[in-house]
Amino acid sequence: MSDMSTTVDFNAYPDSHGRFGAYGGSYVAETLMAPLAELTEAYLRCRQDPAFIAELDRDLKHYVGRPSPIYHAERLSRHVGGAQILFKREDLNHTGAHKINNTVGQALVARRMGKPRIIAETGAGQHGVASATVAARLGLKCAVYMGEVDIERQKMNVYRMKLLGAEVIPVCSGSRTLKDALNEALRDWVTNVADTFYMIGTVAGPHPYPLMVRDFNAVVGREARAQMLEQFGRLPDVLTACVGGGSNAIGLFHAFLNDAGVRMVGAEAAGEGLATGHHAASLAAGRPGILHGNRTYVLCDDDGQITETHSVSAGLDYPGVGPEHAFLKDLGRAEYVGVTDEEALAAFHLLCRQEGILAALESSHAVAQAIRLARQYPRDALVLCNLSGRGDKDVHTIAAREQVAV
Amino acid sequence: MSRIDDRFAVLAAASRTGLIPFVTAGDPVPEHTVALMHALVDAGADLVELGVPFSDPMADGAVIQHASERAIAKGVGLGQVLGWVEEFRRRDAATPVVLMGYLNPLEIHGYARFAREAVAAGVDGVLVVDCPLEEAAVLQPLRAAGLQQILLAAPTTAAARLGPLGKAVEGFLYYVSVAGTTGNRHMSADDVAVHVAQLRQYTDKPVAVGFGIRDAAGAKALARFANAVVIGSALVDALDGATTAAAIAARAREFLAPIRTALDTP
Repeated sequence: MSDMSTTVDFNAYPDSHGRFGAYGGSYVAETLMAPLAELTEAYLRCRQDPAFIAELDRDLKHYVGRPSPIYHAERLSRHVGGAQILFKREDLNHTGAHKINNTVGQALVARRMGKPRIIAETGAGQHGVASATVAARLGLKCAVYMGEVDIERQKMNVYRMKLLGAEVIPVCSGSRTLKDALNEALRDWVTNVADTFYMIGTVAGPHPYPLMVRDFNAVVGREARAQMLEQFGRLPDVLTACVGGGSNAIGLFHAFLNDAGVRMVGAEAAGEGLATGHHAASLAAGRPGILHGNRTYVLCDDDGQITETHSVSAGLDYPGVGPEHAFLKDLGRAEYVGVTDEEALAAFHLLCRQEGILAALESSHAVAQAIRLARQYPRDALVLCNLSGRGDKDVHTIAAREQVAV
Repeated sequence: MSRIDDRFAVLAAASRTGLIPFVTAGDPVPEHTVALMHALVDAGADLVELGVPFSDPMADGAVIQHASERAIAKGVGLGQVLGWVEEFRRRDAATPVVLMGYLNPLEIHGYARFAREAVAAGVDGVLVVDCPLEEAAVLQPLRAAGLQQILLAAPTTAAARLGPLGKAVEGFLYYVSVAGTTGNRHMSADDVAVHVAQLRQYTDKPVAVGFGIRDAAGAKALARFANAVVIGSALVDALDGATTAAAIAARAREFLAPIRTALDTP
């Protein structure tokens, strides 16, 4: 850890322009400057409004099912033979992932702004489902942009969104995955700014999204910090979470950032291996650039063209990452490492057999990293892993990959 | 005076409305890009706007997205685009050339390096779609090197921002006629007239109007109040599929001729 990180107050970021050091900002077309300013103003008002916070807390408790437990995976820990592995069970939330923390919050902001229509982008479909869910609950119209490739590999979530009354719009440009869905959602927003609220699903995009989405997910770390002190009498030694855009990771990390003794490791999708070029590890293998409205680490070629990514998990298949993670990486406050498809799948199976938990493929990357970390620490050390989503949606992908007919 | 300022001064002196065609560099055929630029000038272009292909053109509609994808698939990048401008300049020292694109290619190329190379190639101005005034500090090396910074105003632009925008803009102010992506079809000339009149309270620079202009009638409707009109998607669409330099030039001429005539007919 660098000396600098011990003197930085991480709660002071982003600044009023949405910058986390050299990262973040609002790199968008002129037409979006006004709606972003309107959203920033509305959100900053909500953030300080006790009535808003009370309503959000009520929804998180009674609709989402918070707090989610911290579960001590004793059998897995014994099997690994190192530190104790603990899971923050975001997979137990309503709709099956941490994504609902953010959409419940943004839906309340949208309602206060009087926007009757919600749009969202989705990769694995978890954010799409979470958006469709809150739209149904508040009676808002909802359109979800999803790459054709992702629609094919996440059929169950596509159907769930339709059951919830959302329109799923296939995106057939570019690599036909999450980044293209984001482009298309931005195009929709720019065309329908008057009545539409764009519900971004991760801590990327222009200001205020990295701030707002972080705030709504930071409940994960706030709860976890209190639960650790209550259940274990101390903070964990190390945190780990998977990082695509990075919302579940920042959600877990944020409340611990000023605890200098807590190490943080983000697990990015190394796909077929960082050396093969077929991966989605923007922080571990990318460089600073500009994508989707913010400066951050991106995967691109020497012409600045964003490159196609690969991951077995649709939710991590993204060539950028939230700007706050870029900031934490440069400061040395968090480390980011790659976990391959194979390692994630092995962790998925091990967790099924050792603990009876079927984790999402995205979260399985974090599980693999937790196992790695546990091996590096003594038995009395505590590794806290964000189990960000459940894996029901991935059963068909796994079966197909392992050539099993379902 | 820059080429852009010169050109608008000449247009104003002759009470003419400028015609600014946009094409994506490298589309439809990379090797014919320079020939296409000359053809645009021959067909009456006052300024050429050359799109630098980008993989994630979030402000562009389907037509320009696909043109970008086609060009990138053929390996077109910033280096080649600058080479084409340099080649164009050997035969045409007068027509201003503006590069339009997104920030990441410049960021990766390096701002200072790009500024040096673009000036040497004969580029006059740069319009970076995803770099609003609030983030434009990164473009300072371009400005310092003499590349004029074209800025956009949109129907949604808040009045409070028009002052700083009008002061910072160089060359001309590009007014986005509709809240939407390029190629949008729902532009109302009367609404645009009201907005352009408002813009003129904040800037003495010429105002070009773009997004949503598809033909002679659309261009003509703007001619009474705009200093120039920009036509992109419809032209890119018209060029799509042409393979020889002669065919590309013929289509460019065919497309622009009636627009030029309409703009020049009182």
